[in-house]
Amino acid sequence: MTSTHNAPATTTGSELPAVATELARSWLRRMLLIREFENRCAQAYQDRKIGGFCHVYNGQEAVAVGCTAAVGAADPIVTAYRDHGHALARGMDPRHCMAEMFGRVGGCAKGKGGSMHMFDRANNLFGGHGIVGAQIPLGVGLAFGTKYEDEVINGGKSSRVTLAFLGDGALNQGSFHEAMNLAGLFDLPVIVICENNGYSMGTAISRGTTMGHDISAKALAYGIESAVIDGMDVIGVYGAMKQIADSVRASCRPAFVDMRTYRFKGHSMSDPRKYRTREEEERFEKEDPIGRLKSSLEAHGVNDDDFKAMQREVRAQVRDAVAWAERSPVTPSAELYRDVFIERWGPYTGSSQPEMLGGSETVADFTAIDPEGDLL
Amino acid sequence: MTAVREIEFRDAIREAMSEEMRRDPRVMLLGEEVAQYNGAYKVSRGMLDEFGARRVIDTPISESGFAGMAIGAAMLGLRPIVEFMSWSFSLVAADPILNNAPKMLYMSGGQFGCPIVFRGNDGAGGQLGSTHSWCVEGLYSNVPGLKMAIPSNPHDAKGLMKTAIRDNDPVFFLESERLLSNKGEVPEAEYLIPFGQARVARAGTDCTIVAFGRPVLLALEAAQSLASEGVSCEVLDMRTIRPLDAGAIVRSVRRTGACVVVDQSWSFGSPGSEVASLVHRECFDDLDNHVHRVHSADVPTPYAQDLEQEYLPNPRRICEAVRSCLYRA
Repeated sequence: MTSTHNAPATTTGSELPAVATELARSWLRRMLLIREFENRCAQAYQDRKIGGFCHVYNGQEAVAVGCTAAVGAADPIVTAYRDHGHALARGMDPRHCMAEMFGRVGGCAKGKGGSMHMFDRANNLFGGHGIVGAQIPLGVGLAFGTKYEDEVINGGKSSRVTLAFLGDGALNQGSFHEAMNLAGLFDLPVIVICENNGYSMGTAISRGTTMGHDISAKALAYGIESAVIDGMDVIGVYGAMKQIADSVRASCRPAFVDMRTYRFKGHSMSDPRKYRTREEEERFEKEDPIGRLKSSLEAHGVNDDDFKAMQREVRAQVRDAVAWAERSPVTPSAELYRDVFIERWGPYTGSSQPEMLGGSETVADFTAIDPEGDLL
Repeated sequence: MTAVREIEFRDAIREAMSEEMRRDPRVMLLGEEVAQYNGAYKVSRGMLDEFGARRVIDTPISESGFAGMAIGAAMLGLRPIVEFMSWSFSLVAADPILNNAPKMLYMSGGQFGCPIVFRGNDGAGGQLGSTHSWCVEGLYSNVPGLKMAIPSNPHDAKGLMKTAIRDNDPVFFLESERLLSNKGEVPEAEYLIPFGQARVARAGTDCTIVAFGRPVLLALEAAQSLASEGVSCEVLDMRTIRPLDAGAIVRSVRRTGACVVVDQSWSFGSPGSEVASLVHRECFDDLDNHVHRVHSADVPTPYAQDLEQEYLPNPRRICEAVRSCLYRA
């Protein structure tokens, strides 16, 4: 029952030279926010305030925070179902994220998506997707779209890079292989980032994936360059991802990243983690990305008091998010038939944007075709 | 003055796509063999020459991958047309086309729509065996969030395709290999046909025949033959399955008092069963008999020519259904 998943090599974070202390502090705060948010999610799930499936991101915070820091706000992002961290890293207000899980109208998707389906148009987050691997072709399509817009429509040069996240469990889905082939074939500016936490649900990578010890071999088969990054070190993640993003942006060639990380909690809330040893967990807990960044920052004047102050801040922020979510009304039944089609017909009453984006009606100018209401 | 000319079904679809691509740079076409090969069925003939390889794109045989890729591009704001060489091949892309495209708007709470057209050949092509003979209208029309068009003639094919491309929601556009060479009058001047408006393909008084796509032609043949027996059939060409022009069906059946539905998909949970349910609910007091249904037989599509002909809806089976419905059997 041991994983062949490699432990990161170091226990302290990368050095800071290239990164301003203030920037690193902001990452520390954001990782603390995600950690606190996820802990409160787990609690709310136990209290039955969150339904369905819920997958928390504890341990993997450096990946979402480091990767999103390495790209611009206009660069699209798409990810899988363990997506709260990406939403928060990308800048979604924790209130809207929590309200989504509470099934409230104030949620980012008005309570229609839930934990696995976080969308944020303003921040170019194209979801949270629940089916393993489904988001990878979508990510390749986002890259196709940005390149087409920049070059074919606007006659310029491709300027944006898409980040498409997946877990190591998705490596064995056809969608991964088809998407990689298309990205390589069409020269698409996408970085396919495998958050390799060593387990697809309860199955260790060695039990489900050939070449699990070196998954970059899969990228090689598609002519795509790859990198292995220690995903427990946010400074390292940022530095490496910045370099890769710059290169992909310039070359318009895709890249693949084997991002070595570890999830501290189970696959979902109901997972007793019997498939791995406590010893392995303890080994990785020593690599906690928050602890590692904290140690790196100590040499740069961030002391324990600063850290505790930051913890107090995020606790207050998440407490506020929970309270806000609880105050947000349950999604009204009128919303049941809304957002099915952009254009109205029969019982379908058009679409509207969530509160997060101002909540305005966005029914298209296409005229209603069912004035008498006799269309099924 | 509008010039009248006859063109093939495939040319009508191409004209619609080309006109819309000239009008809107966000529209592009991708699929297997659509560019250099000029389309497996020559629907996209010449489009590569006009629009170039950036907008008419050959994909590998990778339906799940390129359907998903096109959906991602649509979320970003492009308006892709995805050709499936056959809808039978779309089954390997079921997750993107059913789980992503029609649900994206809802699951994102109105943030991301999916303006995309999936199109290709639907139905038995002629002795292709069951894996290649899918009629997907029953399977896919079950899913909320998508629209489904199924033209029976070149005129409608062009007008519906232009509407499909301009539509802001995902449209499943069902063509038929058996119809592609059919010729019909198509005006030179631009026109669009709105979704959800059935066409009276033949007016009549005794029995309403409701049909979708290629079976409309079979129903017209049956109606012609029944006329010689003194039976007057009204044939409705529904043009779109979603939205379904329920009003047109109900108004016709209230006049005729009898209804036969011809649907080439399998009978269990199909557009045909939906129409029967609608008519029984809305025209209960107008009917002299229950709705009769003509579908493909409830078996995998056979290869042998005679068996395949018997398996599919055909004029003989439609005539039998109408006579039975009118107690003339």
